[in-house]
Amino acid sequence: MLRYTLHRLLGAIPTLLLVIVLAFLMVHAAPGGPFDAERALPPEVAANIEAAYHLDEPLAKQLGRYVSGLLRGDLGPSFRYRDYTVAELIGTGFPLSLKIGLLAILLALMVGISSGTVAALRQGSMLDRIVMSFAMTGISIPVFVVAPVLVLLLAVKLQWLPAGWSGAPGAAKYILPVITLALPQIAYIARLTRASMIDVLGRDFIRTARAQGLGTKTIIRVHALKPAMLPVLSYMGPAIAAILTGSVVVEEVFGIPGLGQFFVRGALNRDYTLVLGIVIFYATLIIALNLIVDILYGVIDPRVRNE
Amino acid sequence: MKKSGGILLFILVLAIVGPWLSPHEYQDTNFGEIFNAPSFAGMHFFGTDDLGRDLFVRTMLGIRITLLVAVVASVVSLLIGVTYGAVAGYVGGRVDAVMMRFVDTLYALPFIFFVILLMVAFERNFLLIFIAIGAINWLDMARIVRGQTLSLREREFVDAARLTGVSTARIIFRHIAPNLLGIVVVYVTLTIPQAILVESFLSFLGLGIQEPQTSLGSLVDGGVNQMEGAAWMLLIPAALLALILMCCNFLGDALRDFFDARKAP
Repeated sequence: MLRYTLHRLLGAIPTLLLVIVLAFLMVHAAPGGPFDAERALPPEVAANIEAAYHLDEPLAKQLGRYVSGLLRGDLGPSFRYRDYTVAELIGTGFPLSLKIGLLAILLALMVGISSGTVAALRQGSMLDRIVMSFAMTGISIPVFVVAPVLVLLLAVKLQWLPAGWSGAPGAAKYILPVITLALPQIAYIARLTRASMIDVLGRDFIRTARAQGLGTKTIIRVHALKPAMLPVLSYMGPAIAAILTGSVVVEEVFGIPGLGQFFVRGALNRDYTLVLGIVIFYATLIIALNLIVDILYGVIDPRVRNE
Repeated sequence: MKKSGGILLFILVLAIVGPWLSPHEYQDTNFGEIFNAPSFAGMHFFGTDDLGRDLFVRTMLGIRITLLVAVVASVVSLLIGVTYGAVAGYVGGRVDAVMMRFVDTLYALPFIFFVILLMVAFERNFLLIFIAIGAINWLDMARIVRGQTLSLREREFVDAARLTGVSTARIIFRHIAPNLLGIVVVYVTLTIPQAILVESFLSFLGLGIQEPQTSLGSLVDGGVNQMEGAAWMLLIPAALLALILMCCNFLGDALRDFFDARKAP
């Protein structure tokens, strides 16, 4: 197990380095500098600013400086939000995004797994067909369509839930963003669970359990659920990436002051260091979570460890 | 499958022919007719927006651009994916191992954020959007093509070509690539909805197609800003986008089951 974990850990490091170098070079290959304003600066001033941000150094040296800063958790200053560092901005926005993202993942797992299991048990029934066509719809319709339509229906027309973030009371403001973010994942997890549950339920050890006279509930809980969850577990990596992408849209639609909103603002304002920092932060997060999923997979399924 | 294909074809024809059925132009503003609800009276079938532009014509333009970006991006990903996969599969050995290891590494990257980074760093133009979106989606294609090539290169006709002294590049593109056609077509149909999704996501955030041009994503974005007074601005493009994506997904799934029975769920 230790060897497997180390192996996975070593595999993640080149990916992380690739991300950093690629992102850094992409920003620095851009035509024009971050300080190209409408009004041209006097050359002395421009040179001063460039020196202050080390933009006059060779690219390799800048990259080295950036990476050594990253190791210390220093992502540099923001180019647009004066007096803030990128790390501070991420620290401001991320906790809220994390809270909403976690709630969405939990909701998606609960609803997705249970509805997928029910559909698998009643394969071919009306209920199964309803769940599956809902799932196909949920997969096809993107978050940025679902989010505004739900706001229009539930918040603007029916006024059951608050439409915005600021000023809305307590927990109610979480409901719509979390549901919107979870919907496509619910759909995907339900489909995955159904397919793998049908597969598992057809295996011999389930037949044996049935023959021993165990009830359906016990069979599902004790025997079927664990092997059936393996595909769902390996989907958690992409799911987390999708939730991050979705959070950018959801925060924009609901006006939530999270990391996604900083990212979009940064992108529209051409705040190079902020966008670069957030991309690297997101990528690190996804790689780290993928690593955890891989290791968990090894814990649950010993066959993977020996590959 | 026939139904999905029919709906897609209908939307495509409508998007091409539609603008001729309307007296309005997509970029013409008319401040006397802002926020008109959909009606036949003013020939604004889908209503007008906050600048009095006709939304029927704009939506048709949006569909055209969305589909255009999706198709071109899919072709880009096809070219990269097929070349990469075929070379890895045909050459084999250590080269194959290294190339596929690189693909595995790329799988872990959050590509969409890189596309945004690219959009921030460079001027936004059509060509860049095509290439950026195409560059995201070639990984699956490369894997599948490699698998197929691995089995194809052991076949007699490839041996025959090699014996008669045909160059490696020529074997890959003249003898291997045509035999990959079926599976490649299936995966292109599955790539198109993904490309549509990425393009509309970017446009929705204001990072994709720029005014006065439009795409379904930027129309939805415009609708979100005005949804309290003018719900049609949101609902019509949103519904069309959802419909197109659903049809593409159904069609792709059906084609995959048809061509590739092993992958069928």
